[in-house]
Amino acid sequence: MRTLTIILLDGAVFAAVLFLISVGLTLVFGVLRILNVSHGGIYAFGAYLATFLALRLLEIGGSPYLTYLMLLVGPVIVGLIAGPLIERVFLQRVYGRAEAIQLLLTFSIFLILDDLMKLIWGTKPLFVSEPYKLLGEFSIAGIRYSWYQVLLILVSIVFGGALVWAVRGTRFGKIVVSVINDREISQAIGINVNRIFMVSFTLGAFCAALGGALVAPTIAVVPGFAVDATVLAFAVIAIGGMGSLEGAALGALIVGLLRALAVHLLPEADLVVIYLAMILVLVARPQGLFGQVELRRI
Amino acid sequence: MEAKRLPLAPLVGAALLVAVPIVLPDWMKFIVTLAMAKFMAVLSVALFLRANQVTFGHAMFYAVGAYTVGFGAKWFGVRDAVLLVPLGALFGAAVAALVGLVMARYREVFFAMLNLAFSMMLYGAFLKLYWVTGGTDGLSAGIPKFLGYAPSREYLRDFLYYTALGVTGVVIYAVYRFLASPLGFYLKAMADNEIRIEYSGESVRHVMYVTYVLSGALGGVGGVLAAFTVGHIVPEYSFWIQSGEFVFVALLGGYGSAVGPLVGSIAFEFIRTYASKYFPNEWQMVLGIIMLAIILFRPGGLWTIYEGIAARFGRREREVERA
Repeated sequence: MRTLTIILLDGAVFAAVLFLISVGLTLVFGVLRILNVSHGGIYAFGAYLATFLALRLLEIGGSPYLTYLMLLVGPVIVGLIAGPLIERVFLQRVYGRAEAIQLLLTFSIFLILDDLMKLIWGTKPLFVSEPYKLLGEFSIAGIRYSWYQVLLILVSIVFGGALVWAVRGTRFGKIVVSVINDREISQAIGINVNRIFMVSFTLGAFCAALGGALVAPTIAVVPGFAVDATVLAFAVIAIGGMGSLEGAALGALIVGLLRALAVHLLPEADLVVIYLAMILVLVARPQGLFGQVELRRI
Repeated sequence: MEAKRLPLAPLVGAALLVAVPIVLPDWMKFIVTLAMAKFMAVLSVALFLRANQVTFGHAMFYAVGAYTVGFGAKWFGVRDAVLLVPLGALFGAAVAALVGLVMARYREVFFAMLNLAFSMMLYGAFLKLYWVTGGTDGLSAGIPKFLGYAPSREYLRDFLYYTALGVTGVVIYAVYRFLASPLGFYLKAMADNEIRIEYSGESVRHVMYVTYVLSGALGGVGGVLAAFTVGHIVPEYSFWIQSGEFVFVALLGGYGSAVGPLVGSIAFEFIRTYASKYFPNEWQMVLGIIMLAIILFRPGGLWTIYEGIAARFGRREREVERA
C-alpha cells in the first residue's frame, strides 16, 4: 500500500513534467505536420534562461518570490524569439519537401541550440532552488514531497485545460482546426495559413520553454539534458497519438506511471519499459491511442 | 561508338585509399579506418533515405556488431577480426530480421520513431545490465587477431586499416548490386509512390523487409570494425544521437550512390576531428550549421558536387569531339 502510494505520486509528478514537455511537440506536429526534433533544445533553453534570470534577480537583491515570475518571463522571451525565428527563417523553406528533409532540418537546429546554450551559459550546472524551497514540504507514507511538485501537477492540468479550451472554444482554435484539416481550402476562404503556422509554432515553442522553466527548480540544469527530454517527448506523443492534446496527456500519464513503477520495482528496466510501451502501442495501433488514421494517397 | 570509359575519379580515390597508409601518420590512419567502419552504418541509413524514409535508430545494429566483439572477447576469447566481421553481419541481420517484422509495416515519422524506440531499448539494456555489459564502463575489444595471426603493435593499425578497406570494397560491391537489382529500383520508387509499386506486382512490405535485413547486416559489420578500431565498447553505440550522426553523414555525402556515404564518412571524421580540436564545445554547432547549409543549398550532398563537376567536364569533352 505504501509503495503503491509512492508510485502513484511519483508517477503523477513525472507525468506532469512529461506532459509539459510533450504538449508543445504534439501541437506543432498537429498543425505543421513536422516532427520538431529541436523541441528539446527549446525546452532546455527555457530552463536555462528562466534559471539564469531568477539567479540574476536574486543577485541584485530581488525578492525570492519574484523568481516565480522569472519562471514565466524566461519562457515568454524564448518562445517569442525562437518561435518566429525558426519557423520563418528555416521551416518555411522546407514545407512540401520530403519528410526526411524536414526531420533533418529540425535535427540540425537541435544540434545548434544544444551548443549555443553551452556557449552562453558554460558547462557548469545552473540551479535555482528558491521556487522549490519557498513552498515547503510535506510527507506522505514516510517520504518527503515538496509542494512545488504538487504545484507542477496543478499547473500542467490547468495548462492542458487552457490549451484544449483555446483549440475547441475560441475563434483562433477553430481557424487552427480548419488549417489542420485542409490547408488549401482554408487559404481559399481567406485564412492566412502562413500566420497560423507561425503562431502555432511560437505557441509550441513557448510550451516547450515553459516546461523547461518549471522543471528547472527541481533539477540542476546541465548541458545535454535536452537530449533525454526530446526522446521522452517523442515516446509520449507516439503513444498518445501525434497531434492530439488528449493523447499527450494520456501518453504522459502512461509513461509517468510506468517509469515510477519500474523505478520502484525493477530499477534496471526504467528506460526499457517506456520504449517497450511505445512499441506495443504502435504495433497495435500505429496512429497512437488518440491519433487519426490518414488516408493513403495514390 | 566510343568504348565505355572507366570513371577516373573513383579509381584515383580507390588507389589513394590503398596506397595512403604508407605515408599517413598513425592518427590519420585511425580516422580513416573509423570512417570506413562508420561508412557501413551510414550506408544502411542511406538505403532508407533513397526510399525517403528516415531512421533515428540504426545505431542499434552498429551496437549489435560492437557488442558481438565485446562479448566474443569477454566470454569466448574470440578476437579474430576475420571471423568476427561475418559474425557481426550475421547477428546484425538476425536482429534486423526480427525487428524488421514490425518495422516493414511503418513509414515516415512512425518508421523513424519505432526505430528510435528499439535502439533506445537496446541502449537501456546495455546501460543497465552492467553485470553482462559493463554498464557505462563498457567492454574492452581486446587486441584483434587476423586468421589466427597476431600482428605486433606497430603493424596493428595497418592490419585493421586493410581489413576495413577490404570489407569496404566488398560492401560497396554488394550494395551496388543490390541497388541495381529490381528490388533496389523498387526501393527508390518508394520515394515516389508506393501504391503504384503494389500495382506492378511487388509487395512494398517485402522490399522494406529485405532492405531492413540488409541494413542490419551492414550496421553489424560496421560495429565490429569500429569496436576493433576504437578498442572500447560503450552503450552510446546504440544512442539515438549516434543514429542521428549516421543520418547526417548520409546526407553530407549524398545517398544517391554507394560511394557518396564513404566520401561523407571520411569528410565527417575529419570535420569532427578538427572541429572538436578547435571548437571543443561547439563542434555540434559546426555540424548543425553544415547540415543546415546542405539541406537548404545542396540537398544531394557532397557527391552531387562531384557529379556536377564530372558532368560539366564530360559535356565539354563531347562538344570538342563533335567540333
